[in-house]
Amino acid sequence: MEIEENFLYTKEHEWVSIEDNIATMGITDYAQEALGDVTYVELPEEEAEVEQFEQFVSVESVKAASDIYSPMGGRVIEVNRKLEDTPGLINKDCYGKGWIAKVDVRDMDESTNLMSADEYRNYLDTLAH
Amino acid sequence: MDTFLNNTPLTEEHVALGAKMVGFGGWNMPLQYEPILSEWEYNRKTVSLFDCSHMGEFMIKGGAKDSGLDRIVIQAIADMPVNSCRYGAMLNDSGGVIDDLIVYRKGPQDWMIVVNAANIEKDARHFRENLNASASFEDASFKTAKLDLQGPQSRDVLKALAPGIEQLSYYTFDQFKINGVPCLISRTGYTGELGYEIYCPWEKCKEIWKTILTHATVKTTGLGVRDVLRVEMCYSLYGHELEETISPLEAGLDKFIDGQKDFIGRQAVSGKPASRTIGYLTSASRKSPRAGNKIFDAAGNEIGLVTSGTFSPALQAGIGIGMMSRHSKDAGIGVFFGDEKSKSAAVVVKRPFYKHGSLKS
Repeated sequence: MEIEENFLYTKEHEWVSIEDNIATMGITDYAQEALGDVTYVELPEEEAEVEQFEQFVSVESVKAASDIYSPMGGRVIEVNRKLEDTPGLINKDCYGKGWIAKVDVRDMDESTNLMSADEYRNYLDTLAH
Repeated sequence: MDTFLNNTPLTEEHVALGAKMVGFGGWNMPLQYEPILSEWEYNRKTVSLFDCSHMGEFMIKGGAKDSGLDRIVIQAIADMPVNSCRYGAMLNDSGGVIDDLIVYRKGPQDWMIVVNAANIEKDARHFRENLNASASFEDASFKTAKLDLQGPQSRDVLKALAPGIEQLSYYTFDQFKINGVPCLISRTGYTGELGYEIYCPWEKCKEIWKTILTHATVKTTGLGVRDVLRVEMCYSLYGHELEETISPLEAGLDKFIDGQKDFIGRQAVSGKPASRTIGYLTSASRKSPRAGNKIFDAAGNEIGLVTSGTFSPALQAGIGIGMMSRHSKDAGIGVFFGDEKSKSAAVVVKRPFYKHGSLKS
């Protein structure tokens, strides 16, 4: 299972990479593997305000729909429109081209509620048992 | 708490080959070997092998009418030629569907009934209670394995293993030998493609499975794609479009009913015109209807419930089957699916969603 070392993670298997107060978000390799082929992504509205751990995206695979929760609170400033026609980018490159949204972070302290790469790796280990 | 799951003769093989496993109808089954979209493509264009050993097989001996079998199932069976099969169902006294099933006529007084895995016990009980004393009944579900070879190239693969298979027309069967092992093979399936269902002894299943897989063109596949394929063909699945609370008229089984004969549930069914009926929706987007979603008309009135939904790789759109009010099921009508908070547009269409299958080629 691939894990990006400098990203932060949620228990619901979202990742976030924060640079200059802008949080880029997506779902982890574990999540895309569990979902299978992604067929549709319901993106959030740009300018929408989201709370940390609030459902803000829905990702559908062939057989099921899953809620995705925002790893950080803030204002959605950009969404990945490429996912509208090629949602499979999430399967192909979940930490890169398969990013879902960028959020202008409201409170950087919220990042203390997230896991580091090592913590997430250990968390995945606990799920495997 | 772990729920007990039955294993097929191939469960260990599926696990060893890295299939993602899932509990289905009380059985430990492969959900998928590869991404479902890849498995879909392979089945529609080439040929895939499914383990369907979970399904139930009953052996009945006796005349069509003398045995009581004719009165248990809704379809005509007395006129069936030997070596043909016929789809239908059996009903409870109040006209609800106990199960859908296929009757195989192996001889003038020799029948095999194929039923859904989750219903084996209750179906066997229903047969035992309703067959006449002169008939013999055997639940052979745990002695009979079933492999489905489905896809446009299935005939090419199978004719080398089971010479004469190319003679089988749609919904007929015969006895063949694969590697010397007697198999009953029917030209039937659940995918909409040319295909065969191979019934073989439980203990020989692994050997036959491996023999078929020696053909480089054949790939193993799972139940995940099977569900996509069947929804694209608008085939009903028990527990979704068929239930004891759903009448065969509501479920669209009317064309399989023999109106000339008496059968269990007939009175209840004929006295009760269907107020709802099965309908088919294509989403206006890639968003898929899901079982349990409500269906609304253009004015926002609730008119039905989605019973099965999936993304259709063929249509590149969401598709769904639902039970809808009779007035709203005509092709071309615009509807919505979802819930009160979030509704997505769809259009009612004619069956099947996928019209290019090799089924009858």
